[in-house]
Amino acid sequence: MNAIRLVAKEFLGMFVDDGNLALLALVLVAAVVAAVKLLALPPLLGGAVLLVGCLVILLQSVRRAARAIKR
Amino acid sequence: MQTLTPILSTITAAFLASFVEVVEAFTIVLAVGVTRGWRPALTGATLALVVLAALVLAFGPLLALVPIATLQFVVGVLLILFGMRWLRKAILRSVGVIALHDEEAAFSKETAALNQQANDRRADYLAGLASFKAVLLEGVEVVFIVIAVGAAHGQTLYAGLGALAAFILVMLVGLAVHRPLARVPENALKFVVGLMLTSFGIFWTGEGIGADWPGADLALLAIFAIVALASFAMVRWLRSTYPAGGLAR
Repeated sequence: MNAIRLVAKEFLGMFVDDGNLALLALVLVAAVVAAVKLLALPPLLGGAVLLVGCLVILLQSVRRAARAIKR
Repeated sequence: MQTLTPILSTITAAFLASFVEVVEAFTIVLAVGVTRGWRPALTGATLALVVLAALVLAFGPLLALVPIATLQFVVGVLLILFGMRWLRKAILRSVGVIALHDEEAAFSKETAALNQQANDRRADYLAGLASFKAVLLEGVEVVFIVIAVGAAHGQTLYAGLGALAAFILVMLVGLAVHRPLARVPENALKFVVGLMLTSFGIFWTGEGIGADWPGADLALLAIFAIVALASFAMVRWLRSTYPAGGLAR
């Protein structure tokens, strides 16, 4: 049972390090899916938004980490 | 070219990602082997490999039941989270915000902990447990990487071969030099793997929502190039905005 808990904890840790980064990425994906499925956004444009959005979220996350250390 | 691109990128991503994880597991197993003997080290490692094999056998066949678009979407989203986590860490390490991972230090720490337990009656059990945990935890990541980079395009075999090659290479080099592989440029590897996994994630999530990427599989290379350029730009910008003097090394 302990091994299963250990593996489950490790599995979650594989995806979530900075909680903010993970949350924003999930919100971005949900927004893109909603725009494609409900607002008829062309899927390719959705893919492009996903690419740019991921990079913006990454930039925000590393900038926040660097600022926190500098303070 | 269009079939070769995903095969080569799948093998490379699985190889590089697994290489990093196998080096980390090998360091602990080596520390256990050198400090407490090879019996608990290899027993723990073997048991962990058995548990990992059971996990793959239990969950692997379930993937075949999932429709391909759903699989691409779910795996894509997980790869975005997984890849961006690696990429973030690699960027922060390369500008000195967080410390580099040091295999020599990890080896020394594990050896010291095992030496402290030397008088414990359960010393062999604890040493075996350390080896088991290291192989199981790093192995879970390898299993996920193989399934994730392989499953979305039906290339689990190629991904598995990439991981197997990494395992064999680390074992051969590690056993030959009999030391932790401290000279492996781990952060550079993590940087490249983070770029590849994030690119795979964006590509497959896009396919999962119905995007027909221009150039089909070749779009993966373009996405990789854009993510790489943006990441290197972030490193340069962080270095100039937050000079190393003000950051933790």
